[in-house]
Amino acid sequence: MKRVAVVGAGLTKFVRRAKETPKELAWGATKAALDSAGLKLKDVDAVVHGTAPDAFDGIHMKGEYLSEASGGFNKPYLRCYVGGGTGVFAPIEGWFHVASGMFDTVLCVCEEKMSTYQPHPQGAFLSIFDQFTERPLKPNLLWIFALEMNRYMQTYGLKLEDIALASVKNKKNALDHPSAQVAKAVTLQEVMNSEVLAWPVHRLMVSPVSDGAAAVVLMSEEKARKITDKPVWIQGVGWNLDTAYWTNRDLCFPEYVANAARMAYNMAGIREPRKEIHIAEPYDPFAYKELHHLEGLLLCDKGKAPEDLAMGRFDREKGSLPSCPSGGLLGVGNPIAAAGMMKICELFWQLRDEAGHRQVPGKPERGVAQAWGDLMQVGTVVVMGRN
Amino acid sequence: MIGTTARREEIVSRKVLTFTDEPKAHYAWDCGEAMGRYLQELKKGKLIARKCHKCQRVMIPPRIFCEKCFRDTDEWVYVKDTGRVNTFSVCFVTWDMKRIKKPQIPSVIEIDGASKGMGFLHMIHCPDWKKVHVGMKVKAVWKPKGKRQGAITDILYWVPI
Repeated sequence: MKRVAVVGAGLTKFVRRAKETPKELAWGATKAALDSAGLKLKDVDAVVHGTAPDAFDGIHMKGEYLSEASGGFNKPYLRCYVGGGTGVFAPIEGWFHVASGMFDTVLCVCEEKMSTYQPHPQGAFLSIFDQFTERPLKPNLLWIFALEMNRYMQTYGLKLEDIALASVKNKKNALDHPSAQVAKAVTLQEVMNSEVLAWPVHRLMVSPVSDGAAAVVLMSEEKARKITDKPVWIQGVGWNLDTAYWTNRDLCFPEYVANAARMAYNMAGIREPRKEIHIAEPYDPFAYKELHHLEGLLLCDKGKAPEDLAMGRFDREKGSLPSCPSGGLLGVGNPIAAAGMMKICELFWQLRDEAGHRQVPGKPERGVAQAWGDLMQVGTVVVMGRN
Repeated sequence: MIGTTARREEIVSRKVLTFTDEPKAHYAWDCGEAMGRYLQELKKGKLIARKCHKCQRVMIPPRIFCEKCFRDTDEWVYVKDTGRVNTFSVCFVTWDMKRIKKPQIPSVIEIDGASKGMGFLHMIHCPDWKKVHVGMKVKAVWKPKGKRQGAITDILYWVPI
């Protein structure tokens, strides 16, 4: 297998409702990523596109619709989709392309425009539930998160206050992110006093509805060495899917994330992730999810992430393992596939010392990004490093 | 940077144009072997599961193949219409984020007689939702016989026992 480098990254702003079309958003991120690498579209051999349900846009075969905007026109092009896990799966697909030796330069683009769906994009998720046993009960998407969060809290006896701190941290980190949609200095009390949507989930513990796009450029080692002296390497990739019978397994621990993490760490030669990973960008659509995923990534003991958070372990400036230095989905926003890809962009900038005010101190050597999706089912993991 | 916020008043006043359509899609899902029997039994007021003789799991909802052993399941097994709350929520909003006066209590209920941890999604009815807790014993309340349709909603909800 060939070594694969990330050589460029680009983002649009994340906003509640964008004036731009999905194509215009995808174009913005794609052009920004190419520009950052000093490349033109003619330098690109193949394109991977990630975008979540067609139902958001009401456009069937959205990948094809978006192909020109992602530079996929007259090139080997494919769309990948694993629900919310898509944003970290798209660069894994891109990695296949380059690691296999088939292509030298591959663009990976993720776009999501959720706001088109009326009256609320949550409606696009209603058909993920089983049509015989669940949909007749008229479930909404908040339920599964609330059910999982409650199971997590009850199993380990967790305090809601400790979980709510994830919202405080991420919204604050996002104040330094130029793409951020819901960055804010909020207090723990404000999060705790925000409206209860579906107990134990409160309004400020949920990421927003967003429109946006993100892109990275991947390159083979030979080519990357010629255009940059700061390539960031994809050291390991992992992905794993659990059964759709989500009511037949214990939701307190995401075993599929742990399986994906083990696969990625093994490829990266990591034996002690808690010592060898210096930055984490776990998927945080809800406050508890960041913590649940830090445990799935084997970076905390089971049920201990909330306590670690309260002790400051995940602080960007002073923590021993900064988590979501970008501001995450809770602060930057959650245009589904683009949100996961935003995390890959963040590791790229952090590992090149180009993250500006968000820069994690101490020259971090290695980071992990993770996304999650489907019926609490899929984990996608990428390990990136300077060497 | 691309990504410009469109404000509601700009859209309502048609200063920023939008175009609307309502694609309609209608489906009729065939139930298959396992789900077909499951729904027929619901109509009779019974819960039925499938057992795999290799791993000995009693599975609900039932399936014709065991996904762990990757072989046919072997036997139909009736299970009880009682169980325990595995997890629950108390939901105060609709899917389009409107407040509801009487909160809904969705729950994963582990079914007595099925293998440990085997449950399904259903609703709890409890006037004081603060009394609902993980591990609580519950029992199904069925629709009257003549009104059942062979659907998961033939169980109205579950109440504490």
